[in-house]
Amino acid sequence: MKFRGKIVDGACLNHFTRVSNMIAKLAKTCTLRISPDKLNFILSDKLTSGGVSMWCELEQENFFSEFQMEGVSAENNEIYVELTSENLSRALKTAQNARALKIKLTNKHFPCLTVSVDLLSVSSSSRIVTHDIPIKVIPRKLWKDLQEPVVPHPDVSIYLPVLKTMKSVVEKMKNISNHLVIEANLNGELNLKIETELVCVTTHFKDLGNPSLASENASQDRNPEQMAEVHLDIKKLLQFLVGQQVNPTKALCNIVRNKMVHFDLLHEDVSLQYFIPALS
Amino acid sequence: MKCLVTGGNVKVLGKAVHSLSRIGDELYLEPLEYGLSLRTVNSSRSAYACFLFAPLFFQQYQAVTPGQDLLRCKILMKSFLSVFRSLAMLEKTVEKCCISLNGKSSRLVVQLHCKYGVRKTHNLSFQDCESLQAVFDPASCPHMLHAPARVLGEAVLPFPPALAEVTLGIGRGRRVILRSYQEEEEVADNTVKAMVTEMSIGEEDFQQLQAQEGVAVTFCLKEFRGLLSFAESANLNLSIHFDAPGRPAIFTIKDSLLNGHFVLATLSETDPHSKDLGSSELHQPVPQLQNYSTPHMEDFASDDIESFMIAMETTLGSEGSRVLPSISLSPGPQLPNSPDPQSEEEDEAEPTTVPGTPPPKKVRAGSGGRGQEGRREAAARNCCFLFSSSARYSLAPSWPLYIPPRALALCWLKTVRVKAELKRSVSRGPGLGEAPAMGHCKGGLVGAKLGLLRHLAIRCGAACLAHPD
Repeated sequence: MKFRGKIVDGACLNHFTRVSNMIAKLAKTCTLRISPDKLNFILSDKLTSGGVSMWCELEQENFFSEFQMEGVSAENNEIYVELTSENLSRALKTAQNARALKIKLTNKHFPCLTVSVDLLSVSSSSRIVTHDIPIKVIPRKLWKDLQEPVVPHPDVSIYLPVLKTMKSVVEKMKNISNHLVIEANLNGELNLKIETELVCVTTHFKDLGNPSLASENASQDRNPEQMAEVHLDIKKLLQFLVGQQVNPTKALCNIVRNKMVHFDLLHEDVSLQYFIPALS
Repeated sequence: MKCLVTGGNVKVLGKAVHSLSRIGDELYLEPLEYGLSLRTVNSSRSAYACFLFAPLFFQQYQAVTPGQDLLRCKILMKSFLSVFRSLAMLEKTVEKCCISLNGKSSRLVVQLHCKYGVRKTHNLSFQDCESLQAVFDPASCPHMLHAPARVLGEAVLPFPPALAEVTLGIGRGRRVILRSYQEEEEVADNTVKAMVTEMSIGEEDFQQLQAQEGVAVTFCLKEFRGLLSFAESANLNLSIHFDAPGRPAIFTIKDSLLNGHFVLATLSETDPHSKDLGSSELHQPVPQLQNYSTPHMEDFASDDIESFMIAMETTLGSEGSRVLPSISLSPGPQLPNSPDPQSEEEDEAEPTTVPGTPPPKKVRAGSGGRGQEGRREAAARNCCFLFSSSARYSLAPSWPLYIPPRALALCWLKTVRVKAELKRSVSRGPGLGEAPAMGHCKGGLVGAKLGLLRHLAIRCGAACLAHPD
């Protein structure tokens, strides 16, 4: 099992840092999947994450100037490792003004992902910062739990409003209730509702736009005004929104009535899919 | 004492206090002829810091007010820091700062003269204390590096702020390496491992590098950051003098107006594979200065408190003596001088043969109070660099090793007074018999007196520890 990558472009490095910051906010521990052409950050819907799952994918070509990997075996040319996402984001933070960043799998007393940053320094001498991030290699028999989740057929699919606005609304709602209802219809309307004994608060977002659905699902039968709703744990929704520091290029929300919410975001060339299950 | 700080120096003084506050809870303020010294030591005695401000730093400096004795005081760091808490405020509004010691009212008066005629006066209560001295000699350290504080500041930047300890060493190619240090127990635990960060800097960034490849020492990063932030803000150069692991590392900054010394204990290496900065240095046996024999603990509870006190008083020397005997601190030291009853003493000083050993570790822990630094600090470190077992003391002019008798006598007097009262109350108390052991005393009055005695014993004991005996 081998992995070695190098990033030399400043913009790519910053983007990679932003991605890792986002992952660090979304999941405390996550799985990194390394394959010949992609890197994935995966959070599977185990009990520990409370049913929330995440799939983040980036094309290695868009970041790395050098990329070599050798998977577990020839047929399974992939590497799955588990790491604490904060470590990676902290390691990348020191690479603000780096000449080059090298990342590789090593084994120094314990298996690590070594991030080595070549810093620009005033004097002629180079300064090298090395971070050894401890990782856990995931055996092949557990790989099946970490596959790309199947996107369920949504009842409603709608574009999200500015995430910052949504975040501030949900943040305030969190103080009132633990439990939030998200509903949307095919007319570009999205509502966030909370309800307690004393008060009901609803925030309405209008004119959001819906992606044109494939003609196979009989969308003509459905009343475009009809709302599809899901009851969510407000903290999980807030955690997702807090992770989005930068407004994504594309943000889509798919609602499966009473089952789950699926967020499909695109940050330039990095795709993120986030699933929040309905409260039982 | 009276001194006046003006202009930008107020902020410098404030920053120095901030630096010192990272180390200890009590500030020892001592006006000397050649400057004002601010010192502190941490509760486990594994870090010592000192700033010395030359008279030129002040617009006006008067170490001793005529007619008054030389005053030495110990203030709560928290109180002193609160005066200088907001550095931004100091810079913007404070024009002058006047510090004076008022012996009569036992108050340290810090007066900030601010803009628009505003004057803030802080009256801080202080305690008389002995001079806090540490025994160290930068010249005796074989390894040294010297660099602008900025370089070292950039070097510690990649490390998480919560990181406790860092290893500094020379790696291959004469590169200076800083690496985060992991406790052995943490590494052994498979589930929770922390990230290891290493920073490698080329020799060219240093103005002076006098060390061979493979040497390394581990010290507390948090404490070092205190001095580093001061040095960076003052744009000074920092020197690090170090020796084998286990021997203290000395960090110094120097300027025409001030100098600062931070002496930090370093981890004595017991396991060979924890460091990998090239060939590790030969493990020097650490002088086991903390293994005070515990039999003293039981003795402590009884009459021996008196004898301990007597011994301490006499051990700490005759007045103004500049030559300290080299007392080894292993159990069973010799009493260097015969007991010397001072004329100020009220009570008879009974000569005894009880060795003038500092109190056992348990007492110190009690006096330390904080208990925040756990077994890691206490056990692994060579905390007692202050008590160098070698007879060689630093005779550098800036660190005189005199012990003022006055303060000590004060301590002794208090003890004696209490003891006399105790004797009386003990004879009154029904069925108490001999002086009861600690913790077994019944009867409020006796209990209270014993408590006070013990308290004083601890305080004097703690003060004794500060002495390079």
